Amino acid sequence: MTVQGIQRRHLLAGVAFGTLAAPGILHAQGGAGGEAIRIGEVNSYSSQPAFLQPYRNGWILAQEQVNAAGGVNGRRLETIFRDDGGRPEDAVRLAGELVSSERVHLLAGGFLSNVGLALADFANQNKRLYVASEPLTDALVWARGNPYTFRLRPSTYMQSAMLAEEAAKLPAKRWAAVAPNYEYGQSAVRWFKELLTRAKPDVEFVAEQYPALGRIDAGATVQALAAADPEAIFNVTFAADLTNFVRQGFTRGLFERRHVVSLLTGEPEYLEPLGDEAPENWIVTGYPWDQVETASHVAFRNAYRQRWNAHPYLGSVVGYDTVAAIAAMLRKVGGTQTEAMVKGMKGLRFDAVFGPVEFRALDHQATMGAYVGRTVLKDGKGTMVDWRYADGADYLPPDEVVRRLRPTAA
Amino acid sequence: MLENLLLQALSGLASASSLFLVASGLTVIFGVSRIVNFAHGSLYMLGAYLAFTLVTFLPRGHLGFWGGILGAALLVGLIGVLVEVLLLRRIYRAPELFQLLATFGVVLIVQDLALLTWGPQDLLGPRAPGLRGSVAIAGLRFPLYELFLILVGPLVLGLLLLLFHRTRWGTLVRAATQDREMVGALGVNQRVLFTSVFFLGACLAGLAGALQLPRESVNLHMDLAVISEVFVVVVVGGLGSLGGAFLAALLIGELHAFGILVFPRITLVLVFLVMAVVLVLRPHGLLGSPHEPARAATAVTEPPTRPAPGPLRLLGLAALAAAVLLPPFAGDYTLTVLTDIAIAILFAASLHLIMGPGGMASFGHAAYFGFGAYAAALLTKWLAAPMAVGLLLAPFAAGLFGLIFGWFCVRLSGVYAAMLTLAFAQIAWSVAFQWVEVTGGDNGILGVWPSTWAAEKLIYYYLALTACFGATLLLRRIIHAPFGYALRAQRDSPLRAEAIGMDGFRIRWLAFALAALMAGVAGGFFAYAKGSVFPTFLSIPRSVDALLMVLLGGVRTLSGPILGALAYTGLQEQLVRVTDLWRLVLGCAIVVLVLFFPQGLAGAARDSWERRHEPTGT
Repeated sequence: MTVQGIQRRHLLAGVAFGTLAAPGILHAQGGAGGEAIRIGEVNSYSSQPAFLQPYRNGWILAQEQVNAAGGVNGRRLETIFRDDGGRPEDAVRLAGELVSSERVHLLAGGFLSNVGLALADFANQNKRLYVASEPLTDALVWARGNPYTFRLRPSTYMQSAMLAEEAAKLPAKRWAAVAPNYEYGQSAVRWFKELLTRAKPDVEFVAEQYPALGRIDAGATVQALAAADPEAIFNVTFAADLTNFVRQGFTRGLFERRHVVSLLTGEPEYLEPLGDEAPENWIVTGYPWDQVETASHVAFRNAYRQRWNAHPYLGSVVGYDTVAAIAAMLRKVGGTQTEAMVKGMKGLRFDAVFGPVEFRALDHQATMGAYVGRTVLKDGKGTMVDWRYADGADYLPPDEVVRRLRPTAA
Repeated sequence: MLENLLLQALSGLASASSLFLVASGLTVIFGVSRIVNFAHGSLYMLGAYLAFTLVTFLPRGHLGFWGGILGAALLVGLIGVLVEVLLLRRIYRAPELFQLLATFGVVLIVQDLALLTWGPQDLLGPRAPGLRGSVAIAGLRFPLYELFLILVGPLVLGLLLLLFHRTRWGTLVRAATQDREMVGALGVNQRVLFTSVFFLGACLAGLAGALQLPRESVNLHMDLAVISEVFVVVVVGGLGSLGGAFLAALLIGELHAFGILVFPRITLVLVFLVMAVVLVLRPHGLLGSPHEPARAATAVTEPPTRPAPGPLRLLGLAALAAAVLLPPFAGDYTLTVLTDIAIAILFAASLHLIMGPGGMASFGHAAYFGFGAYAAALLTKWLAAPMAVGLLLAPFAAGLFGLIFGWFCVRLSGVYAAMLTLAFAQIAWSVAFQWVEVTGGDNGILGVWPSTWAAEKLIYYYLALTACFGATLLLRRIIHAPFGYALRAQRDSPLRAEAIGMDGFRIRWLAFALAALMAGVAGGFFAYAKGSVFPTFLSIPRSVDALLMVLLGGVRTLSGPILGALAYTGLQEQLVRVTDLWRLVLGCAIVVLVLFFPQGLAGAARDSWERRHEPTGT
């Protein structure tokens, strides 16, 4: 054997090993056990703990499930949570931190509408994908919609439409409305009036009250509504305002012989604090967590209970579904380039807890729906009865109307 | 029709009664100790939470319920004593309003502790036994408990008046309100007196919170929801006047009850409109006395303002060099934070101009910050103006409003002036919030981004640094100019200043407008830094931030606002990313800083410097 011969053999062996090893090297750089996919989640954890603690629990549950099943395309999902304290300017700063320092691949979150809008504008300016989970304002996908923002939860329009449909079945003609004095409350009343009047042209709104958010003077507000003597009431107040409104309303007999149609009241976050004073026979949107027996929901409920030793709230479902949507999109896209992810989100269909949901390409709004039913007291606790699932897709305006409402082309 | 109006009036009376109950405690505390107790709302919230716990655990029935309410009031009284003894007592000699900083730390701590103890959910307490139902008045139903509250208000007023006018303790307290030093000279133990006053005030706050249990849910936002209304009631009534507080509560309760019949959307701003009108017409509130104690409560006189000593100048130059030379190596996020700090420094310095040398506190300074930001945003949105135009014109908008509002505010003095600035700020906020067609309402104005030449974070940072730091130096130069001397003269001795021909009103007015102008500069830069403008830029929390930065740094030094802005912004920014309980940690940090540096950070530094360089033997 000459030295050259040995060298050639060794060279050949080395090349052979190299070609065998190369996939391993390439694999280690970007594949299994490789770089995790980082999601930056900004939310008002300190100012809205009642909704957002269950939300984060649902989020973490979904993330753990995804990672236990091997991650997305072999990559783990990782979320970095930040608290914006309810201030839009802080949310923008934290989004900047997540994007530049923590190098997240996409942004998510938002609870208050103004925070959601600030994050959406940031995402648009910096060309990052933003999956808004909770902010309800229609402007997020319509008047101020942009190509980089998508929203999961049914908007103010959609939920008002669900209730207007139920309200049209009632015989009442004289309506009163009470809503918190900010954009969400005002929009909800505006849409409800428009849609109800379209369905029943002879209704009239005899009184409207707009208590400051979180500071309702319940006695005076209830009295002012009663003075107008409506036949039915549309209520948009929630959380502490709702509780105070209900208590004063009952003591003064506001709800006797009157129909009440109420947004969000059927959600456990807002129904549970009322305890045994929960109103009965109100038509509400909500989430009857103990009664929905579809396969996907039962699986979710059991997993949530096992993980957190508590029952799920609507916030939990929103958090879980946001992660599920992001995971589904990442599987479809296969990478983490923003433009590819944005394209992947448009028209994305995935299996949410309540059923299949689609992110419409037209306006980036998801078709997640809500449960519509009546409230009832059972075992000293409020819950829903005679409920049905209202698919969000059925409660959106026709496409031409949407195109007019959303100036930016989809 | 008439029955409805009658019932509306009764509802107004019930709210007035609850308002008075909370405000009475603050009136008592403020009247004697002149402490602006920001934590009063927290005591109210604790009263409600403790009442809920006690009432739930004690057996049902009259004893359990009323015992729980009284027990909660007493417990809150004890907590108030604890706060006073551990914290406030040590800072009585600090410059005025410094206790505000300490009580703000307490607010933050209580918020997180309440969340940890009682959880995030709202709690609905039981109704009062024997007062569950309603009574028929003029054919309509009115809750019994509201009637009970309507009676409790005047009852408490009567008892307090009896206490203050017929007992020895009350006489001592009234004497201490008029002249604290004399009372001490006459041999009364001031410490015990103050602590007992605080106990009473805290008890009243706790009682007010506990009495809300059958009416409202107990939640974590109660403290901030009630505190601004309580301050308004106390100021409108006249500081330290119980009768005035009662009248003010009555006025506000009834106006609110009838106001929502006519303008349902007035709920946001009614209270502040009333305060603005009352203070403009009656500068000392409804029943306040115009003779405030001539001597300030502090025993330490402020050293004369001198140009910075050598080492301080070197330190400043070094900091400036670092601010200019290091950022190119920093990441995008660090640059954002540095830009925010530069803007905060200017904002704090502008407030310091009127608070320190000017001697006028302002609780509504964020209004001018917000005016600047909105001016820039409106120009961008409606006129498609480039960034340079927005930045140039924003300060003038803010300065204009400073001139207009300032004319009203500088006619008043002390806390009244500060509260009038707050009233104007809230009115401005509610206009921004509700005038949806122009300002976008609470959804704000989006798309206010810098022009392409300044879109890079580094370039924008240098721009902001130049403008903000330059403006801060300009303010410092103004303080050393004759105008600054005149400003300080009218603060230290208005009589002498008038005697030598200085028009105190005009000087204060100009200083206020100048401060507003500078705040507008900061606001304009902030708008383009964040890309969107919301009514939160004008809101009370932002004004409170400015106050905290100035107080933390030390009102009596010129470098105070710079140091305070750096410390506060830096601390908050770091803590938010590190822990969920950042409010608790921030509150504790503030309390610790307050205890160890009662002159503020820069003040403490100056004191230790002067101590080391004092000529020996003096």
